[in-house]
Amino acid sequence: MERPEVMSIQSSADVVLVRQAVRQCAVDLKFSLVDQTKLVTAASELARNTLDYGGGGTVTIETVDTGDRRGVRLTFADQGPGIPNLELALKDGYTTGGGLGMGLSGTKRLVNEFDIVSKVGEGTVVTIIKWK
Amino acid sequence: MERIPILQMGEFLLVTIQVDMHDRLAMTLQDDLTNRISQVKARGVLIDISALEIVDSFIGRILGNIAKMAQVLDAQTVVVGMQPAVAITLVELGLSLTGIRTALNVEKGMALLTSTFNQDGTAIELSVLPRERADLYGET
Repeated sequence: MERPEVMSIQSSADVVLVRQAVRQCAVDLKFSLVDQTKLVTAASELARNTLDYGGGGTVTIETVDTGDRRGVRLTFADQGPGIPNLELALKDGYTTGGGLGMGLSGTKRLVNEFDIVSKVGEGTVVTIIKWK
Repeated sequence: MERIPILQMGEFLLVTIQVDMHDRLAMTLQDDLTNRISQVKARGVLIDISALEIVDSFIGRILGNIAKMAQVLDAQTVVVGMQPAVAITLVELGLSLTGIRTALNVEKGMALLTSTFNQDGTAIELSVLPRERADLYGET
């Protein structure tokens, strides 16, 4: 598959397609089953956030190679309302209703690198990396 | 409309989730199961998730909702067949699936449901939490 791959997230069926594409990328890099599962679960949480809170957006799936290690980088971007209080949103148990309050904080624990940039009125970009 | 089939076996309902569920499909399952429990006066629900490759917070919430709604309708729910990688990921994500009883496979899940009811068909008091913990963390 050509990478980087950009996928649109506009419906819950798209979230399933994102999970499948991320799984394929992790399999191509020969991730262990547990690491595949963690990465796909993280992708599912973030894709749903993009859809539910960001009003839809895109994900970019790419492999990164620093010479001594390889990994998968996922960038979720939306042009939604943004997150006014990032610190609060990253707290365990914080929820605005949809899930179980484990979305962002829990997702952070499943990956190696986690970065979030959000501007109220402009949108949110979440970038994660899972190294092999 | 796409649906997950619900099988009836005596006073139990069986569900095997064999597709990568999108969110609306999961919510349809929640509604269908709740209706069927009431229609057929089911006493137990067994959900086989051995084919599920991930359980994220949304699916976790749906499983919890099903268990709670079933409880209110006087039925017990057992979730069986969770893959080890899924269990590891769930715990790391911070989900403990509180209130959901689990068993390793369909056979053990059925045995658990059957043992829940004595010969009059009335429920025996359950201790839910210790068993759930033991299944999730591999304690004996």
